[in-house]
Amino acid sequence: MTDDKLLEVDGVAVDYPGKGWRARPHRVLHEVSLDVRRGETVGLVGESGSGKTTLGRAVLGLVPVATGEIRFDGRVVSGLDRRERRALSSEIQVVFQDPYTSLNPAMTVADILAEPLAVSGVEQVRARARVQDLLDAVHLPADAGRRLPREFSGGQRQRIAIARALCREPRLIVCDEPVSALDLSTQARVLDLFIEIQERTGVAYLFVSHDLAVVRHISHRVAVMYRGELVETGDAATVTSTPEHPYTQRLLLASPVPDPEAQALRRTQRREAAAKAAQAGVGA
Amino acid sequence: MKRLLRDPLAVVSLGWLLIVVATAILAPLLTSQSPTGSSITNALAPMGGEHLLGTDGVGRDVFAQLVFGARTSLVGALIVVVVSLVVGLPAGLVAGFYRGWFDGVASWVASLLMAQPAIIILLVVLTQVGRNTALAMLVFGFVIAPGVFRLVRSSVIAVREELFVDAARVSGLSDPRIVRRHILPVVVAPTMIQMSQVLGIAIVVQAGLEFLGLGSANQASWGGMLNDSFQNIYTAPELLLWPGLVIVLTVTACALLGNALRDGLGTGPAPARPRARARRRDGRRVSGPSAPRPAVAPADDDALVRIEDLVVSYPSGTEDRQVVRGVSLSVRRGEVLGLVGESGSGKSQTAFSILGLLPRQARMSAGLIRFDDVDLSAISESARNRLRGSRIGYIPQEPMSNLDPSFRIGHQLVEPMRHNLGMSRPQARDEALRLLARVGIHEPERVFEAYPHQISGGMAQRVLIAGAVSCDPDLLIADEPTTALDVTVQAEVLDLIRELQQERRMAVLLVTHNFGVVADICDSVAVMRDGRIVEQAPVDRLFAEPRDDYTRMLLDSSLEGAPARESLVPMIGGTR
Repeated sequence: MTDDKLLEVDGVAVDYPGKGWRARPHRVLHEVSLDVRRGETVGLVGESGSGKTTLGRAVLGLVPVATGEIRFDGRVVSGLDRRERRALSSEIQVVFQDPYTSLNPAMTVADILAEPLAVSGVEQVRARARVQDLLDAVHLPADAGRRLPREFSGGQRQRIAIARALCREPRLIVCDEPVSALDLSTQARVLDLFIEIQERTGVAYLFVSHDLAVVRHISHRVAVMYRGELVETGDAATVTSTPEHPYTQRLLLASPVPDPEAQALRRTQRREAAAKAAQAGVGA
Repeated sequence: MKRLLRDPLAVVSLGWLLIVVATAILAPLLTSQSPTGSSITNALAPMGGEHLLGTDGVGRDVFAQLVFGARTSLVGALIVVVVSLVVGLPAGLVAGFYRGWFDGVASWVASLLMAQPAIIILLVVLTQVGRNTALAMLVFGFVIAPGVFRLVRSSVIAVREELFVDAARVSGLSDPRIVRRHILPVVVAPTMIQMSQVLGIAIVVQAGLEFLGLGSANQASWGGMLNDSFQNIYTAPELLLWPGLVIVLTVTACALLGNALRDGLGTGPAPARPRARARRRDGRRVSGPSAPRPAVAPADDDALVRIEDLVVSYPSGTEDRQVVRGVSLSVRRGEVLGLVGESGSGKSQTAFSILGLLPRQARMSAGLIRFDDVDLSAISESARNRLRGSRIGYIPQEPMSNLDPSFRIGHQLVEPMRHNLGMSRPQARDEALRLLARVGIHEPERVFEAYPHQISGGMAQRVLIAGAVSCDPDLLIADEPTTALDVTVQAEVLDLIRELQQERRMAVLLVTHNFGVVADICDSVAVMRDGRIVEQAPVDRLFAEPRDDYTRMLLDSSLEGAPARESLVPMIGGTR
C-alpha cells in the first residue's frame, strides 16, 4: 500500500516571519499529514487563511518547512537546496489561480511553453513539435503559439498554464484554485480537461480550492483544512455530502444550491445547526 | 518604438542628440582649426572668414571648440552612465531578487551615499588629484549609482512577487535564467528612462566643473568655453551664447526624450485585466432623441425602477462597442431581482446606469430610465447625487477597496448621515452604532473606532451594508456583494441582506454570477448574455423550467449536486 504513495506530507508545519525586527514567526500550518497516491486527485478545501495554499506552496518548495518532512516517491524533498530542487521540476508542476499574472505578458505562448523544455536540454526542433502537441492536448488552436497571453480569455489562459505544467510530463501537479477566476461554464470545461489529462497520463493532482462543489467534482479524496489544521479526510462523496467534522458541516450548509427549494431547506438546516452550536457554546 | 517616432518632441530631441553624437565623432572632419591652438594676436576675432564663429579671449576658434567640446561632454556623460549602470544595475538586481543581508547592506550604503552632497565630493576629489574631467565623471558615476540601484531594486521587488516568476521557478529555471528572461525585461524600461535623465544631469555637472576651472587642461569643453567667455563678458558677450545654447539644447533634449520614453514604454505590456474597470465617474448621458416615451402607464405601476431599451457603449477605435444592447427591466417595491450572467455580459454596467456611476467615457441612452416618479435621464448631477445618498443604496463587490483606509470607520458612516439626513454629530454617532449592531457586529464601539485595515473582509462588507441602509433607501443595488467573501461569511451576509430587505420593504437589484446566491435570495431573475436579457422569470419557474438555451446551459454547468468522483481504490495499473 505504501508503494502507491507518490506524495507524503508528514507532520509539516510552516512559519511565516513576523512583521518587524525580531518579531516572533507566525505559524500558519500546524503539523499537517496527508498523502497523494499515483494517478489520484486529492482535493484540499478550506476558506481563506486556512493554510491550504501554503501547503501547496510547501510541496512546490516555494516556502520552507519548519518541522516535519515532505516525501516524493519515497525521497525526502523538503529542505532541498535550489539546485536539487530544480532537478525535481520535471516531476512536480503547478497551475496557479490567476491566469492573468501567472503568464509573463511579454512572452509569446510558444516561448512560455518551450521555456521549461529548453531548461531540460530539449533541442529546438523537438521543442517546437512538443509545443504543438501541448496546445493540442489542451484543445487550443495550433496558431495559438504565436500570440501573446493578453489575446486570450481567462479560460484559454488557464489552458496555457495547464499546458506549461504538462510540458515535462510531471507525475504530480499542484493546482492552486485553478478554476476560481473563471466563469461557471468555462470552469466546468477546464475541470473536464483536468480529468481527461489525468485519465490519459496518470498524473496525480493536489487540488486546492475553496469550492466544495469543484473539489467534489474532480477529487477522489478530499481533505478539509481549517485555521492551519487538517480537520477531516476521506473519499470525496463522504466528505462533501455527509461530513463528520462540525466545520465541514458548516461549510457544506453554507454553500448555496442553485435550486430555490433545496436552498431554503439548506438555509433552515444551517440556522438550526448554528443555533445548536451556539447553545453548546462551541460557536465560531 | 513606433509610438516614440510619432511624438514630434521625441523626434526633434532624438534628432538633436544624433547631431551632437555625429559632431563628436566627426569633429576633425568638420573643422580644420585646432580647438586648443591659441594665439594672442588673434584674440576676440569677429565671426566669419577663417573663424566661422570668431575666436575667444585667447584666440581659440569658437566653432572648433564647440565641435570638440561635444566630444568631451559626451565622453564624460557616457562615463557617468556606464559607471552608474555597472554599479547600480547588478546590485539592484541581486538585492531585489534575493533580498536578505545583501539587500540590507546595499540599501544602507545607497542611503548613505545619497545623503552626501555630490558636488562637494567632486570638489574634494578634484582638489586632491588635480584637474581631470574623466576622473571627476567616474566619481560622479559612483555618486549617482544609488539612484539606479534603488530604481532597479524596487522594479525587481514588484515583479518577483508575480506568479509567473513562481511558475518559472517551479519549471526548474535557474536563478540567472529567471532574472534574464523574466526580471530584466521589466527593469529595462524604467532604467532607460532614468539613463536619459542621467545623461542630461551629467552634462550639466561636467559643464559646471569646467566652468569652475576644474576640467582637464588642454581639452576643449563647453564648460571651459563658458569660463572663458565669462572673463570677456563686457567685451564680447556673444561668446556666452554658443556654449550656453548647446548645453541648454542638449540637456533639454535628454529630458524630453526621457519623458517621451516614459510615455512610450510606461503603458507597455502591463497585464490587461478585463475586470479592472476604470474607476467610475459619471457617464455622459446621451438622451435618446428618437426614442418615443411610452404614453401608456406601465402595467405594474408598483415598479420602483423601470428601464426601457437601455444602451451603454464605449468608444473603441473608430466605432462604439456596445456592452448593453437594449435592456428593459423593472424592479417592484419589496422585490429582490437577480441580474445574472457571466463576465462581460453587461450586468454590472446595467446596474451602474441606474446609479449613474458609469465611467466617464461611457455613453448611455435609454428609452426610459425612471426611479419612482423621477426621470433619471433628465435630472441634474446634484439631484442624482442626492438620490444616491438618500433613496438608492449601493453595496460594492470589493469591500476593502470601497472603504477609505485613512479614515476611521465611524467617520465614514457618520459623514453621509450628517450630510444626507441633516443629523447632528452625536445623533449620527448613535445611529451608526445602532446600525453596526444591527448588521451583526458584536463590538460596535470597537469597530466604530477602527481603521479599515483592522477588520476582516466580511466585517468590512457588513460596515458597507450598514452604510448603504443608513439613509433608509427604497432601492438597494448590490454588485456581486459576496463574491470576495468565504462561503460561510457569504451565507451570513446574504441572511443579513434578506432580513434588512424584509424589515424595510426595500427593493433590491442583486448582480451576481452565482445561481446558488440567486436561489437563496431572489424573487425573480433576469439572465443576461452579451448585453441582452435572454430570459426573465420568477425564481421558481426559472430553475424548474428554464426556457432559453443559454440559461439551461448555465444551469447545467453547475457542479452542485453532481455526483462525486469515485474513490481511487482499485489502482489503475501502472502510471504513465
